[in-house]
Amino acid sequence: MSTSPARYSRSIDWVTVLIYLLMVGVGWLNVYAASYSPDAPANPLSSLGFQELMAFNWFKQILWIGTAVVLIVVLLVIDSKAYDTFAFVLYGGMILLLIVTPFIARPIAGSRSWLELGPVRLQPAEFAKFITALAVSRYMAGINLRQQNFRDQLVLAGLTLLPPLLIIAANETGQALVFGAFLLAYFREGMSPLILLILAAAGAILILALLVPKLWLVGAFTLILAIAFGFNSKLWRHHLPLSLSVWAVVIGMVFGVDFFFNNVLQAHQRKRIEILINPSADPLGVGWNVTQSKIAIGSGGFAGKGFLQGTQTKFDFVPEQSTDFIFCTVGEEWGWAGTMVTIILFMTLLGRIIYVAERQKSVFGRTYGYCVASIIFFHFCVNIGMTIGLAPVVGIPLPFFSYGGSSLWSFTTLLFILLAIDAYRKQDLERY
Amino acid sequence: MQYLEGRKYVVQAIFLTVALVFAARLFYIQVLDGSYKLAADRNTLQRIVQTPYRGLIYDRKGQILVQNTPVYDLMVVPREVKQLDTARFCQLLQLPVEEVRASLKAARAFSRVKASPLVQNLSTPELAAIQDNLIDFPGFSVKARMARSYNTHSMAHALGYVGAITPAFLEKPKFAKYQPGEFLGITGLESYYEDQLMGRRGVQYRMVNVRGIEKGAFRGGEFDTLSVAGQDLHLSLDSELQDYAEKLMAGKRGSVVALDPKTGEILVFVSAPSFDPATLSGKGMGNRYMELLRNPEQPLFNRPLMATYPPGSTFKLVNELVALQMGVVSPQTGFPCNWKLVRCTHRHEYPSNVGIAIKNSCNPYFYQVMRTAVMRGRSTNRFEDARLGLAEWRRQVMKFGLGEKLGVDMGQEKKGLIPSSDFYDKRNGYHHWNFRTVYSLAIGQGEIGITGLQMANIMATIANRGWYITPHFVKGIGQGGPLPQFQQKHTVGIDPIHFDEIIPGMQGVVDGRGGTGGNASLLDVGISVAGKTGTVQNPHGDDHATFAAFAPAEEPKIAIVVFIENAGFGGSSAAPLASLVMEKYLRGKVAPWRHRWEEWLPGPAERFVRHH
Repeated sequence: MSTSPARYSRSIDWVTVLIYLLMVGVGWLNVYAASYSPDAPANPLSSLGFQELMAFNWFKQILWIGTAVVLIVVLLVIDSKAYDTFAFVLYGGMILLLIVTPFIARPIAGSRSWLELGPVRLQPAEFAKFITALAVSRYMAGINLRQQNFRDQLVLAGLTLLPPLLIIAANETGQALVFGAFLLAYFREGMSPLILLILAAAGAILILALLVPKLWLVGAFTLILAIAFGFNSKLWRHHLPLSLSVWAVVIGMVFGVDFFFNNVLQAHQRKRIEILINPSADPLGVGWNVTQSKIAIGSGGFAGKGFLQGTQTKFDFVPEQSTDFIFCTVGEEWGWAGTMVTIILFMTLLGRIIYVAERQKSVFGRTYGYCVASIIFFHFCVNIGMTIGLAPVVGIPLPFFSYGGSSLWSFTTLLFILLAIDAYRKQDLERY
Repeated sequence: MQYLEGRKYVVQAIFLTVALVFAARLFYIQVLDGSYKLAADRNTLQRIVQTPYRGLIYDRKGQILVQNTPVYDLMVVPREVKQLDTARFCQLLQLPVEEVRASLKAARAFSRVKASPLVQNLSTPELAAIQDNLIDFPGFSVKARMARSYNTHSMAHALGYVGAITPAFLEKPKFAKYQPGEFLGITGLESYYEDQLMGRRGVQYRMVNVRGIEKGAFRGGEFDTLSVAGQDLHLSLDSELQDYAEKLMAGKRGSVVALDPKTGEILVFVSAPSFDPATLSGKGMGNRYMELLRNPEQPLFNRPLMATYPPGSTFKLVNELVALQMGVVSPQTGFPCNWKLVRCTHRHEYPSNVGIAIKNSCNPYFYQVMRTAVMRGRSTNRFEDARLGLAEWRRQVMKFGLGEKLGVDMGQEKKGLIPSSDFYDKRNGYHHWNFRTVYSLAIGQGEIGITGLQMANIMATIANRGWYITPHFVKGIGQGGPLPQFQQKHTVGIDPIHFDEIIPGMQGVVDGRGGTGGNASLLDVGISVAGKTGTVQNPHGDDHATFAAFAPAEEPKIAIVVFIENAGFGGSSAAPLASLVMEKYLRGKVAPWRHRWEEWLPGPAERFVRHH
């Protein structure tokens, strides 16, 4: 570090840090509420021993936050060039770890993805996110995505897809899906918007195929195509093979949904999607999580029931209430006002990250910034979406809110590497 | 690469779209849609209703009649049952293994974590037999509940019974507050005074977690209420007198109603055949109820309130009073005992005044009294004259509380029938009937129906010389008096002076030489009884016997009506029975020489009938 700490400190983007601290603080309050027990002593910190305190998630979360602060200091002290330099090394190491993990991990809740180091449990998949982000950003800096170099695109796709495939092998599908978020970053760097459009269309067709009778869907689609054909038959005749094959693919997809649904998806995943389509089916079985989560949030009303006053979350109606379903506590105790504040906090953070990313000189920094925004956005979408019945139940945490060391450290690292890169850029500017 | 910078807006637009969708969706489920709040309360709020202690019932002298005793239900929480030694358990409960297994299965089907009843209605001795051993059987517990128990073997019809609420009741708005499985008064006083006896339920709102385990009071008990015990009922019925009357009515069908004329309080209320009130309480009550229901003697039929009969000769008194009030006859009016008009009961002296007529129960005399009262020449058309006259007569008669419910404090009461002109217009045709059609009414026969209670009330009215207080069973609720409607006098529109000749006439019936009710005389113990016998023609079999009276004639303290089905002439069975009850009430004992009646009267009514 060639500059004085004071100057370095000035170059840190304190706005992001402030938003981060706010989110972690609000998150902790909700973890406290979710794991609060009215039977516990009034002043547990002074009356309980360390071992007893460790039984409470809110207490452990204090430890995770404390260690996260240490982590932040370390991340900012490391010369940020190192992230660029060692990106591929880290990536290689992580791939090795992902391969090894299922063999050395004990099965927990159906997946062998947790490593135990003494009292601490870590999920390598959590850290795969920022390491992959570093690696693809590093790779992106050396190529030009716009020039449609097929080999480069293939390598990029490989870099992106390898970790999620390994994670799926360890049966953590939710964590693997996160890697789809990288597409947004690639789009910013010049990836054809067609890919996003095609994926969006495919998603829409799949969802429609589950909701609407298939023959109607096929009929409607054929009709639209025929009308377009009639309007400009010349253009369509030019692209007849293309339009016919699109038609065939769509028809294939519509009828392939059932196959995909019944043969590719695992039973529990299938049920999660069924619940999304028909939430009232089996409310005590698979639908329980979604139903209870909606009841908890919905019962909050406009202003909420008040801090520690939530009944649905407190009395265990909502499962996983301090981790994946922490948003229920927000919704029940703080109402619509609280959920809006949460959404605004997320939007502010994402907006700020994009602002920071856009001011990067290097492709590496900018791509990494977009990766950070995309990953956080994906978690935001899927986590909140599932608690309010708009997305299937996928076990991924709400960044900075959910209880858990792995997730807090992983998102902290993700964010503060960006701030480190950003601070370095500013120092560079000041130097010249 | 500058042209790509615009894509940041696309990315931001995607972020914002999702945020707006979430905001809208959250606004809908949190603010607009109230169903989630209800669902949340359904999840966590458990309403625990505390059933209050049901009010007790005391008799006239403060003796306790109905009280609450604990019964016990053996409860089971299936999840807590560990390695049940079924053989020993069944031996302990003295129940077959299959039955216990079936009950356990049902309990498991209901809930594995909540208690459900395994055996219900265990009495205290039954509980004592198993309680000590229960500790060896985890998961089983005992829940105490209150059930009715009785200190008397009589008054079943008055007291009524308490039973579990039926689905049909639950649908009525009046019973909206009741929960399935709760108990309430089904008949009799238990039903009429349900609100007072029930008290007020206490409600506690508890919060429960997902496993149904209590997590404390909702909002610190802000909405909780304490239960308030039901009010006690103090009956006007005299338990001892009631027992006595029921004993005398044993083996008969009929009713006995006695009133305190000054207060309208019901002293005796017998519906025979009767049953022990404990029959309809406790274990096996449902089966016993069905037995009573199927009994051809109809013991469940509340005769004094529901059976309406033609009153017979006793009704002549009402007719006479109405005619006197109309001014169409005087006490000194004499009518010949003309057998051409109607057959008389027996050959007797010339009825030169009303006293002699009453004493001999002269049918032709009262035929002529009523004809005078009805046929007043309001119209030259004799059909129309009968129509107008009968209507006027009916208005007067109904003031005695006849043809309408008296309003006693018990459901089931019947109105009876006082026929109107319309009644005969419909039956015979307009202007197709005249006095000859309705003359039976003059002697209390024909198209007329009166309940035992109404008849007793007529006696009380005559005893009071023209007024009555609606008969009632309950003279005190809790620390207070009776219901307000049982504190006001009803006048029947007859001037007191008109009773001056009627009452001595009735005394003549009992105490006079040759009176039809001589068997009821208590003159030998210094009590003068005013009464009237009656024999009600019964087209289905032997005539019914009635006797209506009050005593002492000068200062009436009791008015009584005895009605015995198929017992023939009222003077031979009903009159002595009434005198025993009156004497017992007035003197507290019965003269030794009348004890033989106590042995003689009980038994089938038919033996009083003289078959010609």
